[in-house]
Amino acid sequence: MNADTLIPLIFGRLTLEALPHEPIVLATMVVVVLGGAALVGALTYFKLWGYLWKEWFTTVDHKKIGIMYMILGLIMFVRGFADAIMMRLQQAMAFGGSEGYLNAHHYDQIFTAHGVIMIFFVAMPLVTGIMNYVVPLQIGARDVSFPFLNNFSFWMTTAGAVIVMASLFVGEFARTGWLAYPPLSGIGYSPGVGVDYYIWALQIAGVGTTLSGINLIATIVKMRAPGMGMMKMPVFTWTSLCTNVLIVASFPVLTAVLALLTLDRYVGTNFFTNDFGGNPMMYVNLIWIWGHPEVYILILPLFGVFSEIASTFSGKKLFGYTSMVYATVVITILSYLVWLHHFFTMGSGASVNSFFGITTMIISIPTGAKIFNWLFTMYRGRIRFELPMMWLVAFMLTFVIGGMTGVLLAVPPADFVLHNSLFLIAHFHNVIIGGVLFGLFAAINFWWPKAFGFKLDKFWGMVSFCCWVPGFWLAFAPLYVLGLMGVTRRMRVFDDPSLQIWFVIAAIGAGVIALGIAAMFIQFAVSIINRDKLRDTTGDPWGGRTLEWATSSPPPAYNFASTPVVHDADAWWDMKKKKYQRPLSGYKAIHMPSNTGAGVIISGLCLVMGLALVWYIWWLAALSFLGVLAVSIAHTFNYKRDYYIPADEVRATEEARTRLLAGTEG
Amino acid sequence: MRLLRLLLLAPLAAALSACDLVVLKPAGDVAQQQGDLLMVSTLLMLLIIVPVMSLTVFFAWKYRASNKEAEYQPDWDHSTHLEVVIWAAPLLIIICLGALTWAGTHLLDPYRPIDRIKPGQAVAENVEPLQVNVVALDWKWLFIYPQYGVATVNELAAPVDRPIRFHITSSSVMNSFYIPALAGQIYAMPGMETKLHAVINRPGDYEGFSANYSGDGFSHMRFVFHGVDQAGFDGWIAGVRRGGQALDRERYLELEKPSEKVPALYFANVEGGLWDAILNMCVEPGKMCMGEMMQIDRKGGLTMASVRNTMPLVYDKYAGRGKNAAVFGSDDSYVMTICTPLQAEAAAAERIRRAELDSVSAPVSLAPLMGQGLSLQGQPMAALSRSQQSTGAVSTDVRSAPNA
Repeated sequence: MNADTLIPLIFGRLTLEALPHEPIVLATMVVVVLGGAALVGALTYFKLWGYLWKEWFTTVDHKKIGIMYMILGLIMFVRGFADAIMMRLQQAMAFGGSEGYLNAHHYDQIFTAHGVIMIFFVAMPLVTGIMNYVVPLQIGARDVSFPFLNNFSFWMTTAGAVIVMASLFVGEFARTGWLAYPPLSGIGYSPGVGVDYYIWALQIAGVGTTLSGINLIATIVKMRAPGMGMMKMPVFTWTSLCTNVLIVASFPVLTAVLALLTLDRYVGTNFFTNDFGGNPMMYVNLIWIWGHPEVYILILPLFGVFSEIASTFSGKKLFGYTSMVYATVVITILSYLVWLHHFFTMGSGASVNSFFGITTMIISIPTGAKIFNWLFTMYRGRIRFELPMMWLVAFMLTFVIGGMTGVLLAVPPADFVLHNSLFLIAHFHNVIIGGVLFGLFAAINFWWPKAFGFKLDKFWGMVSFCCWVPGFWLAFAPLYVLGLMGVTRRMRVFDDPSLQIWFVIAAIGAGVIALGIAAMFIQFAVSIINRDKLRDTTGDPWGGRTLEWATSSPPPAYNFASTPVVHDADAWWDMKKKKYQRPLSGYKAIHMPSNTGAGVIISGLCLVMGLALVWYIWWLAALSFLGVLAVSIAHTFNYKRDYYIPADEVRATEEARTRLLAGTEG
Repeated sequence: MRLLRLLLLAPLAAALSACDLVVLKPAGDVAQQQGDLLMVSTLLMLLIIVPVMSLTVFFAWKYRASNKEAEYQPDWDHSTHLEVVIWAAPLLIIICLGALTWAGTHLLDPYRPIDRIKPGQAVAENVEPLQVNVVALDWKWLFIYPQYGVATVNELAAPVDRPIRFHITSSSVMNSFYIPALAGQIYAMPGMETKLHAVINRPGDYEGFSANYSGDGFSHMRFVFHGVDQAGFDGWIAGVRRGGQALDRERYLELEKPSEKVPALYFANVEGGLWDAILNMCVEPGKMCMGEMMQIDRKGGLTMASVRNTMPLVYDKYAGRGKNAAVFGSDDSYVMTICTPLQAEAAAAERIRRAELDSVSAPVSLAPLMGQGLSLQGQPMAALSRSQQSTGAVSTDVRSAPNA
């Protein structure tokens, strides 16, 4: 066998050509490789690998997994935002014959990657991270129902993120837009590795997302503290439950539609091709049957976060708990009945379009009810303007505008003139930044003291806030205007010079947002440095209302030494009112799940399999698949999966907390 | 900070009044109605948005912790009256908006022929709408004027106040046909036909483009739309005829190949049946048309033998974008028209030779039919009549597709 046949057999279609040629990508790669090498070197020098592996990578503790999700989301956020800045620069420059600084090949990857990363690898991990951290604490549980599965889900999500990042430096990413509509994403029009990177990244991360959805549903349904009936669950837990129901019901659709696209691309089937009876419209329908619920998967948990924040910082019970719960459930159900509004312009009849337009508008009723509920929670309250509360007010003022433009786009004749325009871009950034991102910032500021035992620095938090909110409007208000001027999305160059000023303003806005992001990271750093000054020893820095504030900050591995008993939706508020005393004796040994490396190993093998499939390295794909099976089976024979925290250790931990609390009072 | 934001907004407001918001102030009646609906809906929603935003600011200010004067009721969490209002007020607005939507969507359905030229002026009864067949190519637009027998690339014209009927398809991937000044957009999809009815009221040169990303050359996929008076239009058509070449299948297959920044091209005459062939994805000689295939399938199909009735693609239309075979799939292929390879080749040669071809979707011979590898049987095919087959365009209408 000569080299010409042997090399493709070993390396598939991977050649040296796959390494970056464009100077921008090359420079990025050099920086990332050097930075990565420095990080690995530092970890090795300080002998941290053992610690990381034992305490973090293999952990099954929902709190640590939640924090790892947050770190993953923030890292990917930097990447996704870098893409955004590059797009803004390109569009601000490429006027009057100028091609800007990005060619089509590069620019088209950037807007695709920006969308994919921001939705799947920023918003999803951040939302999942918050749910993972907070939900078990809120319901008074020791951990999630399936702790190993939780670890495995996280690493699968990470594997997906790694695949997307790999595409930056080896080969290319998809050039199709973030939903990869066929026939453009078919093998005929996208023969490169880009769409394959897209498919395998989403498929592998999707396994993680689906399993984590199942896990959290089981946790919320089965592991609530005694006395916590469904209508006594905190609102955040309710919205998390609905979100995870949405995940479990919708992600299999994404998996299936991507599997069909995979078959089209790898074995020449014709589900979505132009010829041989294929129908691309089927793909568009299926992907949006997942895609619309996905929007609510992202926003619902943040609605829950805002509910917790509104009542905590207004020092008042949440107004209309019952109607809040019903609104959430109605949104959950309706989110499945609106998918067609993403393509009114695909030629459906007027009655079909009207139906989906009107169902979309109906969703705004429960959403409006929620806004009113937050409003009347503030009414006759004592509002403390801490950072989470600031974000809540900014959210309410921003989100209603986004909601309004959303309802506008649901009117089919209006959509015909605004579909795919920059107005649409402004709209969904208005709800995703104004809703999801503002909510996540509120959540991070709200629960950081719970996770680490000290508050975040308020000054830098305010700087970040004051950059983000005007920065957002500066970046996206021009896009609303441009949309009304008939400018469409995903354009790389423009003819009309009168548009340029708006793109320049938008680019300045993106710059202000960049300052906001920098301020946030400075806030984290400053707070960690000043942690002793910002220390909270009570475990309840905000005058909290739900159970997570009943335990110490950070909570011990077992969360609660004795399972709390719940009498009210605001369980901790109720306990405080009734002068609850922590039990100071009678500790028992606590049964806990053990750490395991199986999740890391299986996900690592899935990562290798994904990359092998992208590059057609069949032997490696087969081998890693067998590896996945082998490790999974081997894991089922691992009987060392639980242990007991001895009663003495529990007593020591709890007594330390008693001393801390006494110190605060004294 | 609020003041700062206002200061920032002031120059924006000035700039806003200077710029051309074509979506709100278009030059065509359909787009104008769509823009008006947008304004009405916005105003309707502001009825509730403005109070909510003002109350948010007011409550946040009034109930701040430092204001000890304000009432504080930590356990007040329910009021049936308020609950009724907060659910009913949005509901009422949505009922109004829903009614507007239902009526507007039906009235402005792009498939519905327009019944007025402008407010207060109905379409006269004897007016024949201008028909334009639109093909989205990689990355330019082809416009065929069947009533005039001409075609253009990247340039479109229509007389003011005459209804226009667009039939729209695409040659390769999805695009969206959009002239903001004229009317809303509709997708252009290969092998399928979408329709759009519109009218231009003010003369002028307007911009048209693809509003759905379609690959590398997407940004340059723009064209000029001239709204002109009748004399101007006649002059324009004459100009197209004078300057033009002929658009036959061969030229079309050449044109279809990916290219960017293509200047306007004029074609003085168009091969008969070209539009049907484009729509049925059978411009390549010897390729079976979609309409024909659907007819066969409707009759029960040709069973397993038909899977062999394919031929390698002669011209690889994806050439500009790379190889297109799935790694484990068969080579690029298409379904042959129903006849022997020899007949197919002969038919293809004949088609190219003959300029005029009225029914491309019909099989060349209706005698006992066979494809490559098919036995001589003829039973299912003999029943197919020429008249049934000539309706290929209808069966590819996007609205008759199974999931439309």
